[in-house]
Amino acid sequence: MIRPPIRVILPAHLRTLARLDGDVELLVEPPVTLASVLGALEKSHPVLRGTVRDHITLKRRPFIRFFACEQDYSHEQPDFLLPDEVASGKEPFIILGAIAGG
Amino acid sequence: MSGVRVLVGTRKGAFVLTSDGKREDWKIEGPHFAGWEIYHVKGSPLDSNRLYASQSSGWFGQLMQRSDDGGTTWTPVGNEFTYEGVPGTHQFYDGTQHPWEFKRVWHLEPSLTDPDTVYAGVEDAALFCSTDAGLTWQELSGLRGHETGPLWQPGAGGMCLHSIILDPTNPNRIFIAISAAGAFRSDDAGVTWKPINRGLNSLYIPNPTAEVGHCVHRIAMHPSRPNVLFMQKHFDIMRTDDAGECWHEISGNLPSDFGFPIDIHAHEPDTIYVVPIKSDSEHFPPDGKLRVYRSRTGGNEWEALTNGLPQSDCYVNVLREAMCVDTLDSCGVYFGTTGGQVYASSDSGDNWKAIVRDLPAVLSVEVQTFQ
Repeated sequence: MIRPPIRVILPAHLRTLARLDGDVELLVEPPVTLASVLGALEKSHPVLRGTVRDHITLKRRPFIRFFACEQDYSHEQPDFLLPDEVASGKEPFIILGAIAGG
Repeated sequence: MSGVRVLVGTRKGAFVLTSDGKREDWKIEGPHFAGWEIYHVKGSPLDSNRLYASQSSGWFGQLMQRSDDGGTTWTPVGNEFTYEGVPGTHQFYDGTQHPWEFKRVWHLEPSLTDPDTVYAGVEDAALFCSTDAGLTWQELSGLRGHETGPLWQPGAGGMCLHSIILDPTNPNRIFIAISAAGAFRSDDAGVTWKPINRGLNSLYIPNPTAEVGHCVHRIAMHPSRPNVLFMQKHFDIMRTDDAGECWHEISGNLPSDFGFPIDIHAHEPDTIYVVPIKSDSEHFPPDGKLRVYRSRTGGNEWEALTNGLPQSDCYVNVLREAMCVDTLDSCGVYFGTTGGQVYASSDSGDNWKAIVRDLPAVLSVEVQTFQ
């Protein structure tokens, strides 16, 4: 069975850094977790290492947020299973910078 | 044909400003890395096409970029800065001990002998080195491991290692400065370090003449006289004639001895430049007048350089990395402001002109000279 790719939406600065025009499509072996998606992203685009999560601890950078299916998964553990809608490619996994301004 | 290339780091990207040797007409290119903070861009003294840039963001952390064509194109290189061993702790704002945490690269110093070797001064204060053109970085941990390390503390801008000076006559000698720890010297290529702060007097620390804890804003050396260093401290302009063994004050008749940058004329080792700022609590020029001060006597006697600079209602700051000199026969002096202006003088500071006026806040200015 051919598995559909997971869609990842990156913030504009990281798209520029990775020289991407649009979303990233990743093939991720199940189980589809936060850690496996981020690992696949960094493997396919090594320039993103360290920009979403720490090189060594693999902790999410403080001002990075993970959204999907209108839910905030930023504070979940790395082995958290993402929703089927994300795993099946129906809904994107969204990485974005926390709101800041003023 | 002679010319200059000015490398400007700002809060929102990097800019490259070029001109011929007359330094009258300028071409502005950028922003490179739009939207990112560019703390420093510097070129190799051995290969003018080899540039290194520190690119960072509060969201996405630290990136390093390298150009091999003079800034036309850039390649991301290694961005992993890992403290060697157990990082340990330093003094925090509240007086408690706080773990060393890497935040960003403040300063890049390409080697004088190898274009693939470059040093990086980082926050929290440490010195890193790459010998593969920025692909990987290793800490020179003898500095952070100095016995005084637990006494170092961050200034308001963070605990940054912002000055790295390589002695052109002695490859084993390196000077660095940290805010707020002070100045240090290595005589064994960065393996071991010695605080060189005798003579500094800082009223904002419990023991004003302590071995460490001084908020050194910048140090500068003329390559022809490597034992003479000049320092802009958090109040006081200082000078040493013995490679930091002892410092003495040369603030003289300045309107304020607070400020950030200090630099030296390319051909006159006793001609130095500072930009007085009113105080630590009012980071703008005294009386709303943007004045560079020049001493042609190695300190103490200073003259205001004002021709072409705003002399009313000016309330910008000039940060520690944001001044430099070129090496053309008529020495050029450059500085950038937090208001986004980059000023240039092609006659040693006598006359000034804004190259560009409306960049994002300027963090750093470096210049490459083409003879």
